[in-house]
Amino acid sequence: MLNSVKGMMLTLASTFQGLKKPVTREYPKQPTPVQPRFMGFPALTWDNDVDEPFCTGCMVCIRNCPTQCMSASMMDNPLNEEGKSHRRKIVDYFEINLNRCILCGICVELCNFDAIVMSHEHEMSTYERNGDRVDLPALLDIGKKYQRETAWIPPTVLAKAKKEAEDAAKAAAAESEEPAAAAQEGD
Amino acid sequence: MNAEPVEMLLNMGPQHPSTHGVFRMVLWVDGEKIVDVEPHIGYLHRGSEKLCEGEQYHQIITLFDRMDYVANFNNELVYCQAVEKLMGLAVPERAEYVRVILCELNRIASHLLYVGTIGLDAGAMTPTMFAFRGRERIQSLFEAISGARMMHNYFRIGGVKEDLPDNFERLIADLLPLLKEDVEESDRILTFNEIFLTRLKDVGSISAEEAIDFGFTGPCLRGCGVEYDVRKAQPYSVYDRFDFDIPVGLDGDCWDRHWVRVQEMYESLKIIEQALEQIPEGEVVSSLGRRLIRPPAGEVYVRAENPRGEIAVHLVSNGTDRPYRLKVRPPSFCNLSAIKRLLCESWIADSVVILGSLDIVLGEVDR
Ligand code: SF4
Ligand code: SF4
Repeated sequence: MLNSVKGMMLTLASTFQGLKKPVTREYPKQPTPVQPRFMGFPALTWDNDVDEPFCTGCMVCIRNCPTQCMSASMMDNPLNEEGKSHRRKIVDYFEINLNRCILCGICVELCNFDAIVMSHEHEMSTYERNGDRVDLPALLDIGKKYQRETAWIPPTVLAKAKKEAEDAAKAAAAESEEPAAAAQEGD
Repeated sequence: MNAEPVEMLLNMGPQHPSTHGVFRMVLWVDGEKIVDVEPHIGYLHRGSEKLCEGEQYHQIITLFDRMDYVANFNNELVYCQAVEKLMGLAVPERAEYVRVILCELNRIASHLLYVGTIGLDAGAMTPTMFAFRGRERIQSLFEAISGARMMHNYFRIGGVKEDLPDNFERLIADLLPLLKEDVEESDRILTFNEIFLTRLKDVGSISAEEAIDFGFTGPCLRGCGVEYDVRKAQPYSVYDRFDFDIPVGLDGDCWDRHWVRVQEMYESLKIIEQALEQIPEGEVVSSLGRRLIRPPAGEVYVRAENPRGEIAVHLVSNGTDRPYRLKVRPPSFCNLSAIKRLLCESWIADSVVILGSLDIVLGEVDR
């Protein structure tokens, strides 16, 4: 009996706590914020410097996708012929069946061109069976939205900047050691 | 009128909420007593083991996520360890610690889910809400680290995918005190509640010898008083560096199995605290792990402690980029094998509690 009352008190206490500060949300009206690393549906990124997609249609991601939900083809890049872009090949056609995608992120990890990202898009229910087969323009749209919202910087650029900073720090450390060593030699 | 006693056949599941998934039991009952049981599994069979033979080594991690979908990190760990052992790959220290922290958090999340559902099975609604609140906190942390709440695909052969986020220390410092409260709360509201005790004590008892014969592992075995935990019996990863106890029960009944799980959450918290103190700086994935993974021909058998018991992977490689055969020893399946012995001669109303106290995950039973 006493124990049941104790349990009741615990429940009551958390009821009052919940009234003060609710834990739950009214979901569709109040969307849950996602973490920066959240993996939503994959999307393709847009190179704003050259005005073309990053993707070259190299098929690495397609061969490594565990569910084989993507397909793509490549073509010669017209901008490269004009000398505006360094990409010789560019994506011609790209499709992801988001209904099949398991959001594993393997494609993003393996892409060598920073061309694909896990966007924060996750509310994409449709009524048709194939309603989530997304083609190149739509994928680029999702990607652009993601780039805009998160101020996306290509990971290879980030890694390069980090490495340069580290090298510079190392060089500075070496330099500051050298005069000291020289001074010691002079003694 | 002359009523003749007849045996009745009662079909429980596959859509019964208390079977924790899609599991069907055919119960032969005599009045309120269960005379015989026939379990039917396989409703969630996805052929994971066969699928593994067609996928490359780095893709299989996604399949292990989906096997025991309540303890994803623990499952990823045992698979990665199997491939690493076959390749003779050394994992960076930091990665080992990250793995241990995430696995123990996942153990708490899984046990919290268990506490919630056993409450439901015994007829208490509130613990579920409390337990899910705690589990939700852990999952938010998982989302910040791996990008997904459940299907993480975060562990890699030779380490983990990427380093912990920059704000990890703040996140975990915020989480741990709350988590401690949640665990204590779930303990206080249920464990020594009178009604709960009467529902679970001396229900579904099994002796230690019988439990071993059935292949019980994990909390179900420890509930019978056998002190066996793979983390202590054959320490893997960096588990030998932590100081923690193995809680054991006395009678092997439902309540003991419950008590062991609750105590394990406290032990997991201890491990996490120690790991956070000891975690070194450095790389999180060995450079070998980034290349195409092609282990030499051979076979390994690796085991680890899941929240549900001992999970083991038997991996046979023929030197290509896909395994030749991959066999999983699922803890839930072995624990479930005793269902006939546990249910016979018990009451119908207890069947739900007994099944709940085994804490099965059908994704793993059927694979
Ligand atoms: S997204 Fe990357 S890996 Fe995939 S086809 Fe494009 S460039 Fe290649
Ligand atoms: S996230 Fe995984 S399943 Fe989805 S497209 Fe990329 S590789 Fe395929």
